[in-house]
Amino acid sequence: MSQSRDMTRREWLLSDAPQTRRQARLGAIYQGWLTFRANKLAMLGLIILVILIGMAIFAPWLAPQSPFTQNLAGRLQPPSGEHLLGTDALGRDILSRLIYGSRITLFIVGTVALIAPIIGLFIGTVAGFTGGWTDQVLMRITDIFLAFPKLILALAFVAALGASIGNAVLALALTAWPPYARLARAETLTIRNADYIAAARLQGAGPMRLLIRHVWPLCISSLIVRVALDMAGIILSAAGLGFLGLGAQPPMPEWGAMISDGRTYILDFWWVAAMPGLAIFIVSLAFNLLGDGLRDVLDPKGTKE
Amino acid sequence: MLTVDQLDVWFGFPPDRVDAVQQATFAVAPGESFGLVGESGSGKSTILRAVAGLIDTWSGRIGVDDQPVSGTRRDRNFYKTVQMVFQDPYASLHPRHSVDAVLSEALRLQGMQDIDRRIARLLDDVGLGRGFRFRYPHQLSGGQRQRVAIARALAAEPRLLLLDEPTSALDVSVQAEILNLLADLRAEHDLTYVMVSHDLAVVAHMCDRLAVMQHGRIVEIMSGAALRAGAGQQDYTRHLIQASAGYSRA
Amino acid sequence: MTSPLLSVRNLRVTFPTRQGAFQAVRGVNFDLGRERLGVVGESGSGKSMTGRSLLGLIRPPGKVEADRMEFHDQPLLDLSERQMRKIRGSRISMVMQDPKFSLNPVMKIGDQIIEAYRLHAGGGKAAARQKALEMLDAVQIRDPARVMETYPHEVSGGMGQRIMIAMMLAPDPEILIADEPTSALDVSVRTEVLNIMDRLVRDRGMGLIFISHDLNLVAQFCDRVLIMYAGRIVETLAAQDLHHARHPYTQGLLNSLPRLDAPIDRLPVLQRQDSWRDAEPMPDIQKTEFPGGL
Repeated sequence: MSQSRDMTRREWLLSDAPQTRRQARLGAIYQGWLTFRANKLAMLGLIILVILIGMAIFAPWLAPQSPFTQNLAGRLQPPSGEHLLGTDALGRDILSRLIYGSRITLFIVGTVALIAPIIGLFIGTVAGFTGGWTDQVLMRITDIFLAFPKLILALAFVAALGASIGNAVLALALTAWPPYARLARAETLTIRNADYIAAARLQGAGPMRLLIRHVWPLCISSLIVRVALDMAGIILSAAGLGFLGLGAQPPMPEWGAMISDGRTYILDFWWVAAMPGLAIFIVSLAFNLLGDGLRDVLDPKGTKE
Repeated sequence: MLTVDQLDVWFGFPPDRVDAVQQATFAVAPGESFGLVGESGSGKSTILRAVAGLIDTWSGRIGVDDQPVSGTRRDRNFYKTVQMVFQDPYASLHPRHSVDAVLSEALRLQGMQDIDRRIARLLDDVGLGRGFRFRYPHQLSGGQRQRVAIARALAAEPRLLLLDEPTSALDVSVQAEILNLLADLRAEHDLTYVMVSHDLAVVAHMCDRLAVMQHGRIVEIMSGAALRAGAGQQDYTRHLIQASAGYSRA
Repeated sequence: MTSPLLSVRNLRVTFPTRQGAFQAVRGVNFDLGRERLGVVGESGSGKSMTGRSLLGLIRPPGKVEADRMEFHDQPLLDLSERQMRKIRGSRISMVMQDPKFSLNPVMKIGDQIIEAYRLHAGGGKAAARQKALEMLDAVQIRDPARVMETYPHEVSGGMGQRIMIAMMLAPDPEILIADEPTSALDVSVRTEVLNIMDRLVRDRGMGLIFISHDLNLVAQFCDRVLIMYAGRIVETLAAQDLHHARHPYTQGLLNSLPRLDAPIDRLPVLQRQDSWRDAEPMPDIQKTEFPGGL
């Protein structure tokens, strides 16, 4: 132990011969962090997203004004000292609405990112691992979902369930899982015949154990990467639903709905639509950059070197 | 310990059916070390996989410890008797599981108690030492990985070990270490080995008897001494022995 | 005295890693004449990297440096990719370990050989086709016209490796670098492939660099053997003197092989010593420039 005291924390983390389970795990995480940090653009993406989360948490303190207070006398003001990003058609401060809107965006993204990959992972790995009829049935269902354009299908769901932000999220999640199922199945098919699965089988491991302990950990990393890269699309779909009036309902400051509101004035008062558009663009970009960085860290094919 | 009688193994369906093993028959006595040699595609690894229950398209009779087995179904007792070591140590360890996770899972699945002490013991047995316990596969060399794979197989305290080309992916100096380790373990734990290899010298070094295979059939069964003497009964055996003696300028 | 085909002095290959620069090859010196030169070592000894660096096949961020790396007095080191392409394939060729990964899976074998030949030698299609048939015949492929029409997945490993050799030899290179050309092959096929390479080297007066982990095979096949350890050459031997090797590493490698003709109970295990990493190579016993070769 006296030896470990002499090591710096960095050496302890990067040690090739960890002494405890905790050191091994932290070391693996630190290695990943170092790889991620080497990717400058991914770091930029991460920083933007941290700022976004900060914005959502501290919205009441950060927003200069209430996002709902109307001021019809000061409607459609251009960006100025008083209203940094101008005001919209009802005289509401666009900056404040964007800051509060980050909460909605994060809620949508977070929920979809939680539901869709989990459905996809479950269906895909079960199909790939079991094979035979189960595979056929599950994959045909996936194909049916895949056969419709995503946004149209989401529209149909929302129309059936009623327009609200909750239903919009549900609709997006239900339409987003099939690609994950395909991905997870493809991964599972290559993992299924690996020697380490055969070895675990020879230890007497049952199918449930093989699936959860051996197949899932390998599928999850590529799913995480895919999710991060898909986030931009999900934000855009959510904004699209908002734009069509099927997502967040007024007066909620959802970014897509804000663009929709600004659309009528787009030629004379460009900032009303452009500011939320810019916000969507920046956040989508950040997720894409983050996804790229995560791929460096998590993609098992990349770690072989 | 192991009897294989008129074993046929095939893959695919007609007209694309491939008969990987045809009418293979041999028996391995307890404590014996039996080799299966042949060139790639001769069906030697396929026999091991059929015995281990990793292939379901076979017919014939396989018996372990006088208990017949069928299909891919194996009971708990089977896994306590038979374990396997695979060819490629880079593919036989789960990339996200540490040595500790691999061994403790193997021990838990066998219903063992006292996991910590047993892991330390297994690591000592295969000459790795406890410092390796929390490493991940990417922190290990090929030889060290193969030692972990052997430790995993030993976790169940089996009596029959199926060795599928355990050293062919390793450097010769590491091969010597692993072969010595396998010889020591066999003496220490009274193990029975069935070892597949394309390297006649390795099989002659490790095995008492061996079967020479070609195109899915067993060409002949001979003793290790006969192999060393070059006393093959069949043309193919003699050809194989001559070819593996090395290259002589034509 | 003839000048060597290839002359290498103080070759170094470095890869940057998180823990600092990793030197895969650390100061390798050798000359190649019209001979069969074996390069032997364990995985990680730098033998493949040495072969690849000759053809500029080390990808960035890997870096190749040398005091001298000359092919017929022409420096190879600072060639542009374009100049290198003129040499690679047509004057120095390389055969890799596994033909499965070196042949284009969606192109007919004949077309691949023809294309490779025309790329380096030019000429009409008909002439190239004739040459391809000749080459396939030279590597003892029966019915070359039929094989020309097949795809790589339809041929066996041994046949694939012979096709690769045919393809590499079509432009009549002066040096062939073979990186573990027989390791993926069965023993009976191995002999055939080696025979073919041997004959071609003899008939055409090529220089051959034969990279392998198999010490005995190299000793039987080559004229001269370089033994590499940790990125350096520790010993150079005439092939017939292999069993009189003096470096403990070479001796250790030889002893650790089980042998059919000499059964032992326990294999001696190689005890590595740190001093091997930086020690000077064993002084050459031979007096001639290219012993055994010329």
